[in-house]
Amino acid sequence: MEQLFGNLLYNYEEVVAVILFSIGFCILLFSRNLIKKVVGLDIMDTGVFLLLASRGYIAGRHVPIIVDGITTAEYYINPIPAGLVLTGIVVSVSVSALMLSLTVRIYRTYHTLDVDSLYMMMSVSKGGKQ
Amino acid sequence: MITAFRIILLASLVICAIGTAIVKKPMHAIIIYMAYSVIMSIIWVLLESPDLAITEAAVGAGVTGILFFLTLHRINLIDKDAEHDSRKEDEGEGESDHAR
Amino acid sequence: MRDKPMIDPEFSSIWTLWKNGQIDLTTPLRSPGHQPLQALKEVEKYRPRHSWEAYSQYVRKSTLLYKIAATILCCIFITLMLLTVANLPRYGDPNAPTINEVSERYIEEGTEETGAVNTVAGMILDYRAFDTLGESFVLFTAVCSVAVLMNLSGKRQHIKHTKELINYADDMIVRGVCRLLVPVILLFGIYILLNGHLSPGGGFSGGAVLGAGLIIYSMVWGEEKASRVFPAKLVRLVVFCSLAFYCLAKSYSFYTGANHLPFLIPEGAPGHILSGGLIMPLNVAVGFVVCFTMYSFYMFFRRGRL
Repeated sequence: MEQLFGNLLYNYEEVVAVILFSIGFCILLFSRNLIKKVVGLDIMDTGVFLLLASRGYIAGRHVPIIVDGITTAEYYINPIPAGLVLTGIVVSVSVSALMLSLTVRIYRTYHTLDVDSLYMMMSVSKGGKQ
Repeated sequence: MITAFRIILLASLVICAIGTAIVKKPMHAIIIYMAYSVIMSIIWVLLESPDLAITEAAVGAGVTGILFFLTLHRINLIDKDAEHDSRKEDEGEGESDHAR
Repeated sequence: MRDKPMIDPEFSSIWTLWKNGQIDLTTPLRSPGHQPLQALKEVEKYRPRHSWEAYSQYVRKSTLLYKIAATILCCIFITLMLLTVANLPRYGDPNAPTINEVSERYIEEGTEETGAVNTVAGMILDYRAFDTLGESFVLFTAVCSVAVLMNLSGKRQHIKHTKELINYADDMIVRGVCRLLVPVILLFGIYILLNGHLSPGGGFSGGAVLGAGLIIYSMVWGEEKASRVFPAKLVRLVVFCSLAFYCLAKSYSFYTGANHLPFLIPEGAPGHILSGGLIMPLNVAVGFVVCFTMYSFYMFFRRGRL
């Protein structure tokens, strides 16, 4: 049993990150409103960032800002995952902005945000207005 | 003590995420998403990365929320514009009928 | 000559009638001898189901199939990921394989080689500066795409619903509080930006706070005033110059292949604000790009133009 579960009971952040990713995935797949799909995508993004950045934490060590001239590597946490996630957060807001502007354009043409109605309209009109 | 605090924050994160799935109107989902972002920002501080905390607080709860609200406002305006157009068309047709 | 309306009138009337079940799209809508409607020609090519009931039943069945398949896929995904997490090293383990000689090098010799006290800022703007350049380009591309999609140019600029636009400055509390807050927010953003190599912060955080400050400024003082203070030419010029400066400043390594070059700004004493070589100017450049990106998103969503 211990072998099967492994470290599930100790890595709370990673388990929660995986749960958040799957909740975001389910929101993306199952919701009918386009705006809630974008919210689901954002939740998936933050789940991935939590998983990445929690790999850099070491228990009992400090923020990687050099203080008091202590430069030994045993005093600070791993700074590399934090650098990767910093880029990711700003890219996530760009992706959300692009998705939302596409949503506004879709609404301007079809006047609905419901995915099933959009599917029917698009398949009938074969590309909207000329 | 810190472990209990961590567990409470992570549990409220999951509750907020499930909350955005359950509510019906997209406006309420956006407000819950902004609360989710703020809780995430506190978790970044617990994981000893203050750069991420400042960025997540400014970007997640601030700019993304504003963009969502502006989208909803613009969709509302497109609706009102279409109503205005169709009303003008009806009036226009009425006038041309009279002119004949 | 009237302005072209936004909805295709033929399409929207057919859609309403079809949805209410009043017409069957397999029979032509007008008597023979008249031209059929344009949209109807497309429909006859497609040959939909025989009636509204059959078509909606087909959609309902395929939706059910989609939901079952999606549930199974989600369950498989979740199980696989939880199994992976179970085999990861323990949380906070100092013997994890992710801690290797790379991070030791960054911490131990980071201050000497880059001059930055904040190891993360020194890493993303000196050791791994190319990644940050790529990320700035992503932001720039996003602004260009949103500008193309949301552009209301020409006749549509004088939109009829300008009186329906919510004016945030009507409320007294918003106006009074924000007039006190905006200078403080801008000052705080500039502080975070300039102290990126000494304390937590840097280009992205400072730029995001500055962008939020500019958004509040244009909400409360009005978009006309904001677009006079930050016209489109200025925004474009500043973003282009920042990206070009970043490119030129860090592309010398393509030609020399060396770690350092003696440069204009010396490494300086760690802890002093004028230290860290090129890290502070690059922080400022990235901060400008992020700030004007957030501001442009707001203006394009609100007005359609900067």
